[in-house]
Amino acid sequence: MPRFLHGYLYAILAHIGFVVLWQVAVSVGRIPSYILPGPIETIAALAEPSYNWFRHIWVTTAEIFGGYAIATVVGVALAVLFVWVPPLNAALMPLLITLNMVPKVAMAPLFIIWFSYGIVPNMLIAFTICFFPIVLTTYRGLIEVEPDLLNLVKSLKGNRWQIFTKIQLPGSLPFLFSGMKVAAVLAVAGAVVGEFIASDSGLGYFLLVQQNALNTSAMMMALILITGIGVVLYGLVALLEYVFVTRKGISA
Amino acid sequence: MIGSATNQPFIRLEGVRKVYRFGGKEFLAVSDVTMDINEGELVSLVGPSGCGKSTLLKILAGLHGHDGGTVEIGNPETPFTPGRDIGMVFQQALLLKWRTILDNVLLPAEILGLPRAASRERARDLLAMVGLENFADAYPSQLSGGMQQRASIARSLVHDPKLILMDEPFGALDALTRERMNLELMRIWKESGKTILFVTHGIQEAVFLGSQVAVLTAGPARMAAHLDIDLPEPRSLSVKTSEQFGNYTKQIYALLGME
Ligand SMILES: Nc1ncnc2c1ncn2[C@@H]1O[C@H](COP(=O)(O)OP(=O)(O)O)[C@@H](O)[C@H]1O
Ligand SMILES: [Mg+2]
Repeated sequence: MPRFLHGYLYAILAHIGFVVLWQVAVSVGRIPSYILPGPIETIAALAEPSYNWFRHIWVTTAEIFGGYAIATVVGVALAVLFVWVPPLNAALMPLLITLNMVPKVAMAPLFIIWFSYGIVPNMLIAFTICFFPIVLTTYRGLIEVEPDLLNLVKSLKGNRWQIFTKIQLPGSLPFLFSGMKVAAVLAVAGAVVGEFIASDSGLGYFLLVQQNALNTSAMMMALILITGIGVVLYGLVALLEYVFVTRKGISA
Repeated sequence: MIGSATNQPFIRLEGVRKVYRFGGKEFLAVSDVTMDINEGELVSLVGPSGCGKSTLLKILAGLHGHDGGTVEIGNPETPFTPGRDIGMVFQQALLLKWRTILDNVLLPAEILGLPRAASRERARDLLAMVGLENFADAYPSQLSGGMQQRASIARSLVHDPKLILMDEPFGALDALTRERMNLELMRIWKESGKTILFVTHGIQEAVFLGSQVAVLTAGPARMAAHLDIDLPEPRSLSVKTSEQFGNYTKQIYALLGME
């Protein structure tokens, strides 16, 4: 086995074990397949051309990644703005925390009224649900600077910009990535909820349509694919975190 | 005129006073500190927690104003530029975790906008001086606490400042590492010829390192005494067992009311 796989051995075994357990439970428990199909039956659903998998995968992926990308850009920008303009932070941070209490999922029906349905409104739902953790954690990371380190810079008449670029911004990266990991999970949920409420495509929409037909194996496959998109997103963030943070021995 | 200037101290503090104000209240942190420090001296500043040692260093670093008395740094031979000629070392090394040791040492040079190539060369020399020449490209997390503190000492020297302020730099280290760092600092001080103000609440450390020891008493800092330490040079750890050394420490304990 290649060396790099060693660390992941148990993780891979656990995943395989889970699937095996699923199959065993279904076979031994004689669970009817319209309740819970086994893994083999579930995967077989992929072969059905009328399901239009690629189209649905593409739509959901676009919603998740789009909403997530906007949330990251807007979230980081807002956090930076708050750090540079403290009065803005004093005014808007409490408002943001209040707005964060609004159940974003419950806003989806309004979004449909405002933006009609389709990829863009679902992207916006994903955005609203996953943008808060990014603003909050990034802001915390930016303001978390050792006072004596500031003293050192100020004793040399260092300016705000130097403090920001040399200390605050790089120091906030571990925080940003932990916020982005939380946000990745939320973005997936946001996009799918949007599709549940009004949509004509996407894996969430597909899931509801197949529910009417009691097509459980297709539903399970859709669920697995949604999870897969989330895992890819999370993996990309983890990779970036590894490159910019872990590899250098930095942690929050 | 020139002849008389030679004897002028590098730092003159007279009746220095500092009041912190917050929430409408006033808090006297430093009440009356008077001392002269000559260029190239290593002066230990010893006193109990909260007596205003860090406050005094911040005043010298130009981070705080003071509310009374005079603070003068520099003399005609060695002019002092505020905001330029200060090196600082703290209890924590405070290295930037995402920078290599070399890049950490370079931070002050970057802030001051000093020429890059020359600064890098100087940083490498300083890393060699503090015994970290093989760790230039390592990250702080790969270094022990003592090594990190050596790096922070190198960082305090990279811009060739005229005054180094050290605030309990070895306070977070274990006893053995601390002893070793004392010897290292002694050597670094001699090699660099810098004026160093070394804050500690370790009385042994203060006597061992200082050519002078200033004793501040509790409460708002008042200068209790200013001792010239006359011990055989070069100082080695064995000096700590000498009678002379014992007398100095006894004297300081007495000044601090801890006999
Ligand atoms: N920024 C500040 N605002 C108000 N009080 C302060 C501040 N900094 C220090 N003090 C107070 O001033 C006193 C002296 O502090 P400090 O100079 O840090 O003492 P030391 O370094 O000798 O332990 C302490 O009682 C501390 O609580
Ligand atoms: Mg202190």
